[in-house]
Amino acid sequence: MDLATFLIQCLNSLQYGLLLFLVASGLTLIFGIMGVINLAHGSFYMIGAYMAFALAPVVEAAFGGGFFATMVVGVVLAVILGYVLEWAFFSFLYEREHLQQVLMTYGLILVFEELRSLIVGDDVHGVKPPEFLSGTIPLGEVMTYPVYRLFISGVCLLLAAGMWFVFTRTRLGMMIRAGASNREMVQSLGVDIKFLYRVVFAAGVAIAVLAGMVAAPVSSVYPNMGGQVLIICFVVVVIGGIGSIRGALLAALLIGVVDTFGKVVFPQAAGVLVYVLMALILLWKPDGLFKA
Amino acid sequence: MSAGARSSGLLAPAERGKALFVVLAFAALALYPLAAGQFGIDLVTKIMIYAIFALSLELLVGTTGLVCFGHAALFGIGAYAVVKLSPEYEAGSVWWLLPASIGAASLYALFMGSLSLRTRGAYFIMVTLAFAQMAYYVVHDTPLGGGTDGIYLNVKPVVAVGGRTLLDLDDPKTFYGVTLACLALVFVFLAVLLRSRFGRALAGIKVNEQRMRATGFETYPYKLAAFVVSGALAGLAGFLFAVKDAYVNPELLSWHLSGSVLIMIILGGLGHLRGALIGAFAFALLQEFFKSEAIWGAFAKHWHLGLGLTIIACVALLPRGLVDVPGQWRARLTGRGAPGGAGSGAGA
Repeated sequence: MDLATFLIQCLNSLQYGLLLFLVASGLTLIFGIMGVINLAHGSFYMIGAYMAFALAPVVEAAFGGGFFATMVVGVVLAVILGYVLEWAFFSFLYEREHLQQVLMTYGLILVFEELRSLIVGDDVHGVKPPEFLSGTIPLGEVMTYPVYRLFISGVCLLLAAGMWFVFTRTRLGMMIRAGASNREMVQSLGVDIKFLYRVVFAAGVAIAVLAGMVAAPVSSVYPNMGGQVLIICFVVVVIGGIGSIRGALLAALLIGVVDTFGKVVFPQAAGVLVYVLMALILLWKPDGLFKA
Repeated sequence: MSAGARSSGLLAPAERGKALFVVLAFAALALYPLAAGQFGIDLVTKIMIYAIFALSLELLVGTTGLVCFGHAALFGIGAYAVVKLSPEYEAGSVWWLLPASIGAASLYALFMGSLSLRTRGAYFIMVTLAFAQMAYYVVHDTPLGGGTDGIYLNVKPVVAVGGRTLLDLDDPKTFYGVTLACLALVFVFLAVLLRSRFGRALAGIKVNEQRMRATGFETYPYKLAAFVVSGALAGLAGFLFAVKDAYVNPELLSWHLSGSVLIMIILGGLGHLRGALIGAFAFALLQEFFKSEAIWGAFAKHWHLGLGLTIIACVALLPRGLVDVPGQWRARLTGRGAPGGAGSGAGA
């Protein structure tokens, strides 16, 4: 492996890891704060990717188009979706056993996949990156690297920084952290915990949808793309420590590196490497890297 | 079947209704081939195999409170063991293939359990998944497992004594009978196991492991033993599955199957053996129902939608699973709250 290839693989693993982090951060938030095991989280990623494909013409007709306009519309829809879903399906689940939530969210996966099939169909679609991001930059003498992948990494880093700010520097973040550690206490201090949960859930959905929309041009859009992402994101959440955003970031980057380089160095064993990594880390630290 | 009849003597009167249900269910299954056609027999045989698989998981999840999300690996290893160990062009003997299959699954369960039991809760769920995925990729990506295409079992194993064939597993009705007998045996075995000191200890671990340890139980060996027994039963289900279809593929080890079987027992109702039976039948029959083109016409293609909505409705309306349907009816008739004792133990 020469230096340019190595550099490209590094950038790829960074991009993949950051994307995983976006989806996993919503999952770890909902899991850590609300205690809900949300299997349907991968579906939100899928919905996002399909939105990038299906919304673009609609937005073009209504607002004259534009990549960012599509994204804004998508995120707004996602927040509404998350808010309504929490109200309709999750709000009565908090007192129940975890496995009831697993069953419920499994049902939701089936419903989302089938609605997707009814509305958009079962074909694989490609999504074009916007004009101004579709170029490449040269790396070394012969290699080039697509600008869009750098853009993905940039968006992810920006969101990660935003999340860090909201969590550690704002009143909302303080209430969320307090709600995660003791629900009853926060409630008795006069915080509307139900509303808070609804906000967290909607934010988690919106982040996953946004990740799907951003990823669509590089990953293409296909049925069941949610399932793959879901499992790998659970791996991220568990390695990082449930509820820990910091842990999710580190774990996602770790998995990005292991998976990307694994595919180059040991193509036969690439699939299993991530799971071996998880098993080793959990045997070493049974509560993940950062206990939240 | 004599399953419930034998045990009803041991049971308190309140338990008789449940025992009666189980006896009637097995009687219905035993009489079913007299009325059913080829398709029905095939379907119910498959469901019964899933029921054995679900029962094996119920021992871990419902009884011990250990949520294993990698059970399909044990099922798949049982299935692959038959196919890999059978001679290529002649029939292998059940007398050694069955123990080999169960043994292979138990060994992997021992490996998987001994390491993953070091973790707890959601971490345990994910570590079991990790071990299952490892097995999946070994089968999927190495020459050992024959890749995505899977492997055919050329000649089904025979049940023979001294050169005389006792049971022809190729005959669907005979195989139906064998599967039913296995299901009944597994059910009775687990029912007895749960009433033993060992089973009581597992139930105690589910409710409060800390307190069990304080009482003087070394909980780790109990949990590991439960894991291995459960793996052995999953291996048995895998054996039957491979012999039924004479074909195995890596999907038998995939997390989709681990998820489905978990869904079956939650749907049926955790903490009850009959919940696993009901869940396996309900899940499979719901699938068949929503897939039926006779009922839904062209919309049958979208059968996931109906299944998903039904599952959501079940969660909303039946928090204790399908086993609680009579309890809910009784509560509605008498106008009181649902009777307790359905054992939704503290989820630790």
